Order: sequence, then structure tokens, then C-alpha cells
Amino acid sequence: MDGKGTDIKEFLEFIYSFYKSMKEHHVQLVYEGEITHQITKAFTSLTETNMELGEESQSTQKKVFHVMVECLQNVGKHAEYMENTEIHRDGRGIFLLCKNEHEYTITTGNMVNKSKFSEMTEGLEKINSLDKEGLKQLYKQQIKEGRLSNKGGAGLGFIDIAKKTGNPLIYNFLPINDDYLFFVLTSVISRYND
Amino acid sequence: MEVIKIVGTDDTPSVTLDVANEIFEVSGRSLPEDVAAFYEPILDWIERYSEEASGKTVFNFKLVYFNTASSKMLLDILLKLEEMYESGKEVLVRWHFPDDDEDMQEAGEEYADIVEVPFEQISYSMD
Repeated sequence: MDGKGTDIKEFLEFIYSFYKSMKEHHVQLVYEGEITHQITKAFTSLTETNMELGEESQSTQKKVFHVMVECLQNVGKHAEYMENTEIHRDGRGIFLLCKNEHEYTITTGNMVNKSKFSEMTEGLEKINSLDKEGLKQLYKQQIKEGRLSNKGGAGLGFIDIAKKTGNPLIYNFLPINDDYLFFVLTSVISRYND
Repeated sequence: MEVIKIVGTDDTPSVTLDVANEIFEVSGRSLPEDVAAFYEPILDWIERYSEEASGKTVFNFKLVYFNTASSKMLLDILLKLEEMYESGKEVLVRWHFPDDDEDMQEAGEEYADIVEVPFEQISYSMD
């Protein structure tokens, strides 16, 4: 934007359409950037306050908090990009919290290297194929056998989300370039399930 | 042994490890920025304590929330307690959960399945 009238007009139109899209999709919170521990704390605390004010059930509040933490930490720990053949972990991504009458949806999007595609797809498909009991078994197996990675992850995030929400993980990998994919993950938490 | 007394915050639990007063407790919320850095001194302490423990050790977990990275560290604490128990020391784990929190109760059940150590589940009211 260089201050010219037409640019400003375009920008204002963009703001209005952005506002309308957010309303249409019931977006409560949207963020793009680096996901740090401070951001995780700020977003979860803000959402807790809003849910408390909205008299959301305790069980839904807890599930939303759980899933938000795991999703935000996933991006913070794993998001990466490549520059001049070097991989940088930058923890950047997009985060959206949406809420309608029936459910909360928590979505993250971040870049992942294509080399992770098969392993991630396999893991996510396995989780989605399991029922509650199967997820419990997988969780126990992973917590026993898994080591805490140097990123501080326990490899339990996706399993935990599926276990806590009771819903399948919705995900997609969108092509960005030869090396990278944009990984989108959406978790759904039903409301009024007390 | 020195006493460990950590006051909890909104992302780290309260921890008390006090041999003289027989208090061994982790409570509150656990999602530290660096889980390994937070739990390492605690695991070290338990490791040293396990060699000299003489009486009964009742270890209380009274958490309201922990993230998956913390869950791994909690298992590490339980595995140390299991080792103590297997070496002939008297150990009891008490897992406290809010009476309306099924997930926290289930987490306790899962840990009880994994480790071979006397394990009690205790529900309490948040009111």
C-alpha cells in the first residue's frame, strides 16, 4: 500500500471480505505466524475465558483446551521451511478456532517436507481406523516405547486429540512446491456432550 | 536429602518432595515450555531418594491438566517408583482426579495398567 486512493479502497474491500469470511465460517480466533509458548498460553487462556463467559460445559472446555495445546505445540515444534537447500525449523503456521452451534473446530496449517508425507499419512490413517479402545492401546504402546524427541515431543499428540475428541482427524496435504506440502489438520469437538 | 518445593504457575505444576515431612506430590497444570528441563531435577531427586528410602513412600499426583509431552515425563516418574517397589521398598501411588473429569480418571487407569506398582485412584470434588 503506497497511500494512493485505489490501493486504500482495495485494502478496505479486502478487510470487509475478510471480516465476512470470518463471520461465515464462525471464526473465533485466527493467527498466522510463529507459534511460541507465549502464544500458546495467550490463546488458550483467552479461549478459556471466553468459554467460561459463554457457560460452555466443563467437559467441552477441557477438550478444547487439550486439543488447542497439542495442535499449537505441533506447529511450534514441527513446522519448517527450506531455503537454499537448508531446512529451518521456524514453528510458523496458521491457527483457527471456529465455533458454531454444535461444535468447535480447531485447525492448523503448516509446511512440512515431502519426506514426512508417507509416515504422517500412515500414522493419521492408523489413528482414524481405531475405536476408543484401540486408541487407548496405541497410546499406551507409544508412551512406553516412544522417546521424548529433541523437539520435546512425545509422538502422542495426534493420538491424544483423537482420543479426547472421539472424532476422526480431518487432514490434507496440499502441494506447495517440489519439496514442500501444506499440511492442514482439523479437529472437531462436539458441544453439549455432557 | 534436600527438599524440592516448586510453586506452580499456569503452565507448570506444584511439586513438593520432602522426606522429613513425608510429602511427595505433583499437582496442578503441566505444559512447561521445556518439559525435559522441568522434570529432570525431579527425576534426579527420585533416583537419589530411591537408594536411601527407608519408610513407606506415598506419592500423590493431583493434576488437573497435563499435555502429552508431560505425560511421558509422568510415566518416567512412575517407572522410577516401580523400580523402587521392585527393589523391595514400600511404595503407593495415589492418583487424584476431579470427580467430573473422566479423562483424568482414565489417564490414571492407563498409568496403573502400564506400571507395576500399588496404585490408588481417588476422586475429589472441585467445589
